[in-house]
Amino acid sequence: MDEKQELLSLLSTDAREDVDDIARQLGTDPETVEGLLDELESEGTVRGYQAVIDWDNTDSQRVAAFVELNVELDRETGYKEIADRIAKFPAVESLRLVSGDYDFAIEVTGESMQAVSQFVSEQIAPIPEITQTVTHFIMETYKEAGIDFGDRDDDDRLSVSP
Amino acid sequence: MTLQPNDRVADTPESGIRKFFELAEERDDVISLGVGEPDFSAPWAARTAAIHSLEAGKTSYTANRGKLELRREIADHVEQWGHQYDPDSEILVTTGASEAVDLALRTFVDPGDRVAVHQPTYISYKPGVRFAGGEPLPVPTGADNDFVLTPEALREAGAADADALILCYPNNPTGAVMDAEEIAAVAEFCVDNEIDVIADEIYAALTYDGEHTSIATMPNMRERTVVINGFSKAYAMTGLRLGYAMGPPDAIEAMNRVHQYTMLSAPTTAQYAAIEALRSCEESVDEMATAFNRRRRFVLSRFEEMGLDCFTAKGAFYAFPACGGDDEAFAENLLEQEGVAVVPGSVFGPGGAGHLRISYATGMRELKTAMNRIEVFVGDR
Repeated sequence: MDEKQELLSLLSTDAREDVDDIARQLGTDPETVEGLLDELESEGTVRGYQAVIDWDNTDSQRVAAFVELNVELDRETGYKEIADRIAKFPAVESLRLVSGDYDFAIEVTGESMQAVSQFVSEQIAPIPEITQTVTHFIMETYKEAGIDFGDRDDDDRLSVSP
Repeated sequence: MTLQPNDRVADTPESGIRKFFELAEERDDVISLGVGEPDFSAPWAARTAAIHSLEAGKTSYTANRGKLELRREIADHVEQWGHQYDPDSEILVTTGASEAVDLALRTFVDPGDRVAVHQPTYISYKPGVRFAGGEPLPVPTGADNDFVLTPEALREAGAADADALILCYPNNPTGAVMDAEEIAAVAEFCVDNEIDVIADEIYAALTYDGEHTSIATMPNMRERTVVINGFSKAYAMTGLRLGYAMGPPDAIEAMNRVHQYTMLSAPTTAQYAAIEALRSCEESVDEMATAFNRRRRFVLSRFEEMGLDCFTAKGAFYAFPACGGDDEAFAENLLEQEGVAVVPGSVFGPGGAGHLRISYATGMRELKTAMNRIEVFVGDR
C-alpha cells in the first residue's frame, strides 16, 4: 500500500488521531503526513472529518428518513443537474444515484417527522423532473459508518498472560 | 505423602508471569501491555460457523487427525509460506499449538535427549522438554543481534550435540523475526549436526517487514522438521484451542499415536470455526495485521522518543525494549506507580533480563495512555 492509501485507511478507522500519532503509526514524520493531508484535501479525496454519533443516545429530537426518488430526464436535464439542485438543501445528508426500482436514494434529517415530511413535500417533490417520492423514516440505527452500535465488548482477557 | 508430584513436575517452578498477573489483578486502573493474545474477537463468519455447527448438533468426536475438510484447507493455506503437505498423511489438527508442541516433544524426545531452546522465548518449551524427559539446552540470543538465532550461538552453547531444536520465529517475547538467509544458516547447522527441529510458527501471519520464512522449506530440512501453527494469534481464536502440526508422514503418524491416546481429537466446534476462518476470513486477518503493524510502529517510535533502547521488532505483537537495569523491579514499580502492566523479560529466560515484553495487542487509545505513563515513569527515574 502506498503512503496515501495507508493514510486513508487509517483515517477511515479513526480521523481523530493527531498528526504526530498518525506519523508514528505510519512510520513517517509529521511533515509528510501534513503534506499528504493537504494533498488529499485539495484534490478532493478527503472531503471532511466527522464523528460517528449515535443520536439516540442524546437528548436530540433528530429524525432521519431515507427517501426514494424517481425522476424523468429530458434533453436538457440529466441526473447530474437534478442531483446538484437536491444536494444544495442542508437537510439532505446524503444523495446517491442507485440502480434498481428508483433513481436517487437520499437521506433527509429534520427536527420532527412533520418537518421531514414537509421538507420532502414542499422542497423535493415539486422539482419538475421528480415523478415520485417514497419516504422511509428511520426507526432505529444499529450500525453506521462501519461502527456497530450494539453492546460494546468488554475486554475479558486475562490481564497478564504468556 | 500422597499425590506427590514426580521430580520433573516438582522441579519445574511456577511461571514468572503468574506473579505479575496477580499484582495486576489487584488494581482496576491498570492498562495491561502484558497480554499474550489479540484484543480482537474471532472473525464473525468463523464464530457463526461454530454456532451453526452446534445448532446442527455437530458435537461428536472428529477423526483423530481432525476433519479432512479442515486439513485440506490448512494444506492450501500454508502454501503461502512455501509448504506442501498432504492433508491425508502429513497434517495433524491439535488442541491449540500448545498440544502440538507437547506431542512433538513426547514423540521425538528420548529420556536424556538434549533439546536446544533459544532464549529468551515462550515460557512453555523448557518445561515441555522436561516433562518429556529431555534436557533443555538454553541457547542465548541478544539485542546486539536483534534476538536472531545464529549457528555461532548454537555452537557456543554446545548445541552441535543436541538432538532437537525448538525454533520460535516470529518470536514471543521479542517480536524478532529471522529472514531467509538467517534461517538458512540455522538449517545448515541442523543438517550438519543431525538435529531435528520443532518449528513453532504460530505468529507467521503476523510478520510485518518482509516475508515469513519457514525452516522446513530449506534444503534437507523437510524430513527433520515438524512445523507447528494454529488459529489463536492470526485468527484471534485463542479460547477455541486449535492448532496443527505438519511434517513427514511417519512423524505425523507417530505424533497421532500420542494424540489419539491422550486427546482423541481436537475440539469439534473449533474445527468448524477454523474451516470457515480459512475459507472466508483472510480479510479480517489482514485488517488485524494492519492494526498491529500500526501499533508496532507507534510503540517503537514512542520508545525511541523516550530514550528506551528498543530493537526493531518485526513480528508477532510484542516489542522488547531494554529497561536499563533490573527488569523485575522496573515492571513492579511501573505497575505500582503508573498502573501499567508489562512482563519482565527475565521471565522468558536469562537472555531476557534487562528487557520488558510490551504487548501492543491493545487498543490505540489505551496504548497512547500507557506510553505516556511509561514516559513519565522513565523521566522520573
